Amino acid sequence: MADDTIIQVIDLYKAFGAKAVLTGANLTITRGESMVVIGGSGSGKSVLIKHMIGLLKPDAGRVIVDGKEVGALNETDLNDLRRKFGMLFQGAALFDSLTIGENVGFALKEHTSLPRRDREKIVTEKLDMVGLYNVENLKPAELSGGMKKRAGLARAIAMEPEIILYDEPTTGLDPVMCDQINELIISLQKKIGATTVTITHDMVSANKIADTIAMLLDGKFAAVGKPDEVFASKIPEVMEFCYIGKVLRETEAIYKRN
Amino acid sequence: MSLISSLGAQIIWAATATGKAMIFTWDIFRWIFRPPFRIRAVFEQMQEIGYYSVPVVAITALSTGGVLALQSFIGFKRFGAETMVGTVVAISMTRELGPVLTGIIVAGRAGSAMAAELGTMKVTEQIDALYTLSADPVKYLIVPRFLAATIMLPVLVIVADSVGILGGAGIGVGTLGANPIIYMQKTFEFLKLNDIFSGLFKSMVFGAIIGVVCCYQGFYTEGGAEGVGKATTRSVVISSILILIVDYVLTAILFGEAPGGG
Repeated sequence: MADDTIIQVIDLYKAFGAKAVLTGANLTITRGESMVVIGGSGSGKSVLIKHMIGLLKPDAGRVIVDGKEVGALNETDLNDLRRKFGMLFQGAALFDSLTIGENVGFALKEHTSLPRRDREKIVTEKLDMVGLYNVENLKPAELSGGMKKRAGLARAIAMEPEIILYDEPTTGLDPVMCDQINELIISLQKKIGATTVTITHDMVSANKIADTIAMLLDGKFAAVGKPDEVFASKIPEVMEFCYIGKVLRETEAIYKRN
Repeated sequence: MSLISSLGAQIIWAATATGKAMIFTWDIFRWIFRPPFRIRAVFEQMQEIGYYSVPVVAITALSTGGVLALQSFIGFKRFGAETMVGTVVAISMTRELGPVLTGIIVAGRAGSAMAAELGTMKVTEQIDALYTLSADPVKYLIVPRFLAATIMLPVLVIVADSVGILGGAGIGVGTLGANPIIYMQKTFEFLKLNDIFSGLFKSMVFGAIIGVVCCYQGFYTEGGAEGVGKATTRSVVISSILILIVDYVLTAILFGEAPGGG
């Protein structure tokens, strides 16, 4: 494994009952890169990133993060490894019973010995970074969908993780909010310097945030490469899926020329 | 599907679920003794499961005690044993009705809420989120609920026993015209400490059953809102049935008195 590889997925198989979801997926993610995994609904994108953070165990194959095989770690080591991660869930997955401030500061409270005042300062700072102000004492139910995603993002970056996983960050948001979230993902990657893995079927978002795009098809990666390379793929399913992306690229190019 | 394969599928399902539930229970016990202890969360759950159940437990016990006095009076009058009403109410409440009724009420009131809350957390990925934050959900969510249910059930049974006996006395003295002093004397004359303790011990076991079953159902919920509904129903049905079965077994093995011997 090259030194700058941070996540490596090797020949990963996973089935749920009779339904095979991943059938020999291979992927290498470099440190600091923004990897976007695309694919249709039910193609196993979520299953893939859940293997990276150890929420699922492979049926066969391995996922190696920072030199450690995720599926083979014991509880303590897995918990240590998970601290390298921040994850934004599709529905934000904020804890209903806690305030936004407690949600964002959860890991700080559990895993650091920082005094309360310092924790609160970090919480406010992270909320500022995602553009939320004075929401510390609100409950998640009082926020809109977009605000919840931002709060979820603030929670994911609270411990300044090396790797951020985004599970469909723009799904269910209006176009303006989508764009704001995309900008946020890009700016956070720059500020924190984290490796990001985003799964999405939103090609506008993929086009905007990806250094590398990987397309899952029938449980394997059908195309992996820079956005332009993937958009130029001759595989029919990939062409169909990436059509919008290609159009966007071409339009951008025309704009730039003029 | 043929009869045999459908039967086989059900047996496999039941065996898998039992195995998973046992691992789940083992996990709970493993985390109970591992610091840091979340005392505050336990107290919050004790309030939720115990304190807020007091009114409904008390109302049920009051009416049960009263009806019991009324019914046994009707029966006992036929062979002239009316004075024994207080004794029967006290023994029935402490040994049997207090623990079982409280168990089933708490399963319905607090157990269903536990299953629904945990189930919602599961389907909205909040439980996965706990894992990603390096926090074990069994320790954070399940252990406090399990401990609270196991501790609070006996406390609620003490309430139920007392209120039930008072309810019986109310009807006995107020409606049936018993002498209050004789009624209370008869209530405690034959009541043994073992009657009360056996009921309290059983209720502790019922509390543990509610904790494990309802948390398990919530924790393994799948399939969105519909799944949460089903898990909630299952949690109440399974824990109530288990309470009834375990009640018989415990009574027969631990607290029975040999027929004829005494």
